Amino acid sequence: MIEAHGLTKHYERVTAVDDLTLRVGRGEILALLGPNGAGKTTTTRMLAGILRPNAGGARVAGFDILTETEMVRAAVGVLTEQHGLYSRMRCGEYLDFFGALYGLTPVQRRARAQNLLSALKLEVDSDAWLAEFSKGMRQRLALVRALMHSPGVLLLDEPTSALDPESARVVRDLLRAMRAEGCTIMVCTHNLSEAEELADRIAIIRRGRLIAEGTAAELRMRMLGPAVFELRLAREHEDLLTALEGLAEVVDRTPARIRYRAADPGSANPEILRRVMERGGKVVELREVTPTLESVYLQAVAEEGAPPPAGEAK
Amino acid sequence: MSAAVNALPLRIRVSRLGALVKREMRDQLRDWRVVIPMVILTLFFPILMNFAARVVINYVNQYGGQVIAEAVFPFLLMIVGFFPTSVGLVIALESFVGEKERYSLEPLLATPLSDVELFLGKVLASVITPLCAAALGISAYLAGMFFSAGWFPPLELLVQILILTVAHAVCMVSAAVVISAQTNSVRAANLLASFVIVPFALLMQGESMIMFYRMYNELWWVIGGVSLLAVIFIRIGLRQFRREELLSREVEELRFDRMGSYFWRCFSGGARTPLAWYRLAVAPAFRRILTAVPWTAIALFLGVVIGVVLADRFPLPVSMLRTREYKQEFLDSLQALGFFTPGGAWMIFSHNAQAIFLAFVLGAISLGIMGLVVLMLPIGVISFATVTMARAGTPAWLFVLGFVLPHGIVEIPAMLISGAAILRVGNCLLSKPEGRSLGQIWLQALADWLCVMLGVVLPMFLLAAILETWVTPLAAAKVLGW
Repeated sequence: MIEAHGLTKHYERVTAVDDLTLRVGRGEILALLGPNGAGKTTTTRMLAGILRPNAGGARVAGFDILTETEMVRAAVGVLTEQHGLYSRMRCGEYLDFFGALYGLTPVQRRARAQNLLSALKLEVDSDAWLAEFSKGMRQRLALVRALMHSPGVLLLDEPTSALDPESARVVRDLLRAMRAEGCTIMVCTHNLSEAEELADRIAIIRRGRLIAEGTAAELRMRMLGPAVFELRLAREHEDLLTALEGLAEVVDRTPARIRYRAADPGSANPEILRRVMERGGKVVELREVTPTLESVYLQAVAEEGAPPPAGEAK
Repeated sequence: MSAAVNALPLRIRVSRLGALVKREMRDQLRDWRVVIPMVILTLFFPILMNFAARVVINYVNQYGGQVIAEAVFPFLLMIVGFFPTSVGLVIALESFVGEKERYSLEPLLATPLSDVELFLGKVLASVITPLCAAALGISAYLAGMFFSAGWFPPLELLVQILILTVAHAVCMVSAAVVISAQTNSVRAANLLASFVIVPFALLMQGESMIMFYRMYNELWWVIGGVSLLAVIFIRIGLRQFRREELLSREVEELRFDRMGSYFWRCFSGGARTPLAWYRLAVAPAFRRILTAVPWTAIALFLGVVIGVVLADRFPLPVSMLRTREYKQEFLDSLQALGFFTPGGAWMIFSHNAQAIFLAFVLGAISLGIMGLVVLMLPIGVISFATVTMARAGTPAWLFVLGFVLPHGIVEIPAMLISGAAILRVGNCLLSKPEGRSLGQIWLQALADWLCVMLGVVLPMFLLAAILETWVTPLAAAKVLGW
């Protein structure tokens, strides 16, 4: 579990993370989104016990990041943005080295490495030189490294950025399996569809501050307002607008299609359908238009009109 | 839970350290940039030294210079041991910053390795391979010399060379690892390496002289000094190493305006009046240097002892020292030097100020040690003169009362204070960083030194110079009965 309160980190000239409060429960995946330079990497580094915050604190896997940093590092698996493998090492040596640093016995190291390589479908000889690995292989090996010690908390920076779609799905499946086993996972990513597909909750930060947090549906509601519906007719209809009066707000329209936002779709949609049909309209389709997470994200990080932090919004 | 961390079994810590050292050494031995120089220095260089030694023997034997040959063999032995260890410097300079450039540092920092384990692991890995190469080189040289010239060093000399080689390696490598952990690029680390290479070149020259003069007993002092330096460098490394710093610095930029502003804040203490400056800047600076006062006092006392010993070893002829016969010449020469005039006082003051500045410069680049040596010199001269005069019939207490105390009562405490400030500048890196960068620690120590100099020491020197110009000669004449 991750519980951060008021995390703040200043560098010489900038405040990278500013009073950040986050909570990721056991068996939960949180996607941390934000533009470049928003403070995602600094947040990850602080939670991993690599950087010390200037203010605030956090408990990660039950350990305090200020006073129990060694324990935090032992309990956390970190996938850094740059994989930074040692090119003059062989695959087996590399995993054995990191396993040893985490205190695993040689037998445990071999078994764990084999299991993870197989789970991530990285079928390579343990004598293979890392310098000869492709980008995707390096990324998967870096993930194996992060998982070698069966961490209770995973902090992943762009875990699928260099992977082909099939490999990315393998990684996502593995992360879901780990979540099911109770692992707490925080993923920093720019891949919004992946965030939506994988994460239980999404947090958006900008200039080091948390500006939105919740499930994808909650964020849509909070950022973009009530759901938008699209009504399509078989042919043009003059009287269509009058059918919506008092029930919905028109967002967009063409002669045979109209998009509207209804505060209470449960009661508004049947009434709208009844009125349209009364007026002779032939309905082809009525459907909810789900806004993409990208719209939510862009709205959230927009300079002007950005919503207040999640705490205040609630 | 912190206690739990500290109570982590030593076995686990050693095992992690071992894993790190093993990986680093494996990496070195797979890097041709390390292996090729190491092989050349280990195998080719001893052969070359053997050849050089034989050429020297043949040449000097033509002129009966067997003594020179005997001095050259041990010197070459030291050189054969030193050269492979210099490769350790290159390895160490890359240790942290090289990994940072290759992006492999962050995964390493994310492991449970403690800062001490990381630092020691890097130092050990950088030292072991070159030391093995040095041992092989020394063996090859000794074997060659034994079979070609029938020469083998005395056991004590061999032990001295081996200890010196290890101390050199540890010193250079630990200093280089500190540099590597504090810079942001391999290029910057290589440039800063001159701060290690130049002092070591000077040290090697001094050691070479000792070897040529065959002062092998004195070599133990050098070994003691270099070993102490090695311990100090490791301590500096352990004190200053913070994994956080390795990732925090993204830009390496020399900002004189920021440095100046930080220095000014430390120096002025935010005061607007001289009185406030004494309260807000000088007094805190004075308190900070107090811990160095006892060490400075010990050094000055050592100066006294050295003066006494040298006075015994190199006595001046007593006939030269019958001071009572020189009354007129003494006073005439003082007047010729400007005594009893403001110009004389200024001359003494400026001489003392220059000496203190020289001590500061030397102390700043030698962990404070050379600065203290400069301050020990006048104290040694005084004690030498006191003993010598006593031998000539002037009681020591009388000499001190007449020649030293009238101005020394002010000047010696001023020397003590300035010595403490210099010592603090020299070894400020041994102090805890407490959230400050190395540059900030150094600027703070520099500001403390300047505060103490301008606020305390120079006014005391001015007063001492006035006393020395007008009071001391009269006091000296009085106590000597002129």
